[in-house]
Amino acid sequence: MSTRTLFEKIWDAHVVVAESADTPAILYVDLHLVHEVTSPQAFSELRERGLKLRRPDRMLATLDHSTPTLPAGSDGERPYANDEARAQVTKLETNCREFGVALHGWDSADRGIVHVIGPELGATQPGMTIVCGDSHTSTHGAFGALAFGIGTTEVGHVMATQCLLQRKPKTLAIHVDGQLPKGVGAKDLILHIIGQIGVDGGTGHVIEYRGPAIAALSMEERMTVCNMSIEAGARAGLIAPDETTFAWLKGRPQAPQGAAWDAALARWRQLPSDAGALYDREVRIDAGKVKPTVTYGTHPGMAIAMDAPVPAARNAQERRALDYMHSEAGKPMQGTPVDVVFVGSCTNSRLSDLREAAGVLRGRRIADGVRMLVVPGSEAVRRDAEREGLHEVFIAAGAEWRVPGCSMCIAMNGDLAQPGQLVVSTSNRNFEGRQGKGARTVLASPATAAASALAGRIADPREYLVEVAA
Amino acid sequence: MQPVTRIHSRTAVLADENIDTDRIIPARFLTTTTREGLGRLCFHDWRYQADGSDNPAFPLNQPQARGCAILVAGRNFGCGSSREHAPWALLDYGIQAVLCSEIADIFRNNALKNGLLAIMVSEAEHRWLLEHPGIELSIDVRGEFIELPDGGHVAFQLEPFARHCLLNGVDQLGYLLQHADAIRVFEARTGETA
Ligand code: SF4
Repeated sequence: MSTRTLFEKIWDAHVVVAESADTPAILYVDLHLVHEVTSPQAFSELRERGLKLRRPDRMLATLDHSTPTLPAGSDGERPYANDEARAQVTKLETNCREFGVALHGWDSADRGIVHVIGPELGATQPGMTIVCGDSHTSTHGAFGALAFGIGTTEVGHVMATQCLLQRKPKTLAIHVDGQLPKGVGAKDLILHIIGQIGVDGGTGHVIEYRGPAIAALSMEERMTVCNMSIEAGARAGLIAPDETTFAWLKGRPQAPQGAAWDAALARWRQLPSDAGALYDREVRIDAGKVKPTVTYGTHPGMAIAMDAPVPAARNAQERRALDYMHSEAGKPMQGTPVDVVFVGSCTNSRLSDLREAAGVLRGRRIADGVRMLVVPGSEAVRRDAEREGLHEVFIAAGAEWRVPGCSMCIAMNGDLAQPGQLVVSTSNRNFEGRQGKGARTVLASPATAAASALAGRIADPREYLVEVAA
Repeated sequence: MQPVTRIHSRTAVLADENIDTDRIIPARFLTTTTREGLGRLCFHDWRYQADGSDNPAFPLNQPQARGCAILVAGRNFGCGSSREHAPWALLDYGIQAVLCSEIADIFRNNALKNGLLAIMVSEAEHRWLLEHPGIELSIDVRGEFIELPDGGHVAFQLEPFARHCLLNGVDQLGYLLQHADAIRVFEARTGETA
């Protein structure tokens, strides 16, 4: 067979029925992740048709979006935002019981944001196809898995048949050359990339991130990069598995063990794109040029270095975006007063992210009038962070330390900003109203978020990082 | 799904680019566990003012836009979250087709699976449609063209299987279930047995 890309190898290995001019391919799904928001209508559909789940053993369900991040009261009652949120969670609990799905629910030591716990458990593995009724499923691409978001109708398709109808997407290689400067991280890099290629720069494509700057990233950082592929419109984001990937996976509860591990490793080593494999498009990015990057508008493509002047609006809706954000053309974002800081979400809520934020905050207090929420991505992250005493750093700095969940990333659970408030957020979407009606979101790295909380203004974390580097 | 063969309506225009699914239906309404009745929440934070009254600045609140089933939207409509609540809300609101030069992948897929025509036209045609709100169009799914008021045709292409399903009201889950044997063979070959 001729040279193939990583994406093509995974695709080919999962084709049940090949595509034709008239019909899309039938593609097999290895892992189906489920949460409470996009699954109830699919379970109902199955029930109405009298269908069963084809592979409940290939499903992993959790509660994350509508769940409160304040602990249960002394009466055991959880402080849900409203009755509908509570009912939605109860619905997933009963659906999982009825259909025989393993739910990492309230009583599980593994509960957390779906895209954080899949990798943590070792359920996410190289070469797999992974889907979820959630666009940030692209996160799992960090392991060299073809992972993408689907709608609820398709959630039903996978439940009943373990398959999807798919047209083969195109491929886009993003080569990241050079090395990220000190104090500049994966979040800065991906914001920079989306700023360069645009919010629709990846539409119709699967991105493969390549090059020395990508190979140098940790697994957590790779997840941050792949997570935001969808913000460039891409179907998925991929990074070839390598020793970093294998070392991270080894020994995780659902990872293969013993002889199965050796066999898997031999398979996984065949996955990286062949030398000379062709992509439909290629883009080059120089990591050395990336600075602490933030957004200034109302989509993730409106991203610039925080010390660079905000570009002038080129049309009516860019003007509207600048107005909404109160961003001023010609002025940098650095120095903009901040009301709320959020560290969390499937983009940046893993242990390394919390360490990064705590490194900036340690021994300091956040500015008066700033509210800061730190929400770990999973119960495992929470345990590890507390073992290291990170929660004490956050609390001593004046931040709130919460129970895992999506929280202010999507503001469905009652964690939200007030109209007009400016939020520096480590999440992935700065859409109008995403963090509460009228709230203004600036996307940033955990280090920038922490530095901005201290300064009360958008601030360069490198000014605080002297001790961290030591 | 009911077959969709032809849609005839005046157009309404939302010229903004990158209208994301959070704008089509804000996340706080996603606690629903059904797909019905989402039309009243469609474009909620854009469409209503703080006191709950209609926002006069929202283009679809204009008298001439009322009742229009064809929406001409700015480039990259439906980007962001994969929520299928977006096409459910649009359909319940009364929109049956979205015309655009580029439509986000997941939204387009979700829309077509629900019988909402998500149709991409060339940039020049898109610009013309944006500049001419309120015109009467007929969208012919079988012929893959849009008929303009002067009788002119604008061709478009749908993914052939999506078109087939729209025209015949094909249930895609039913289609997949018919391939149970092929799925079993695949599972046996790859050692994928439950
Ligand atoms: S953290 Fe945000 S982006 Fe990630 S799954 Fe939750 S709501 Fe979606």
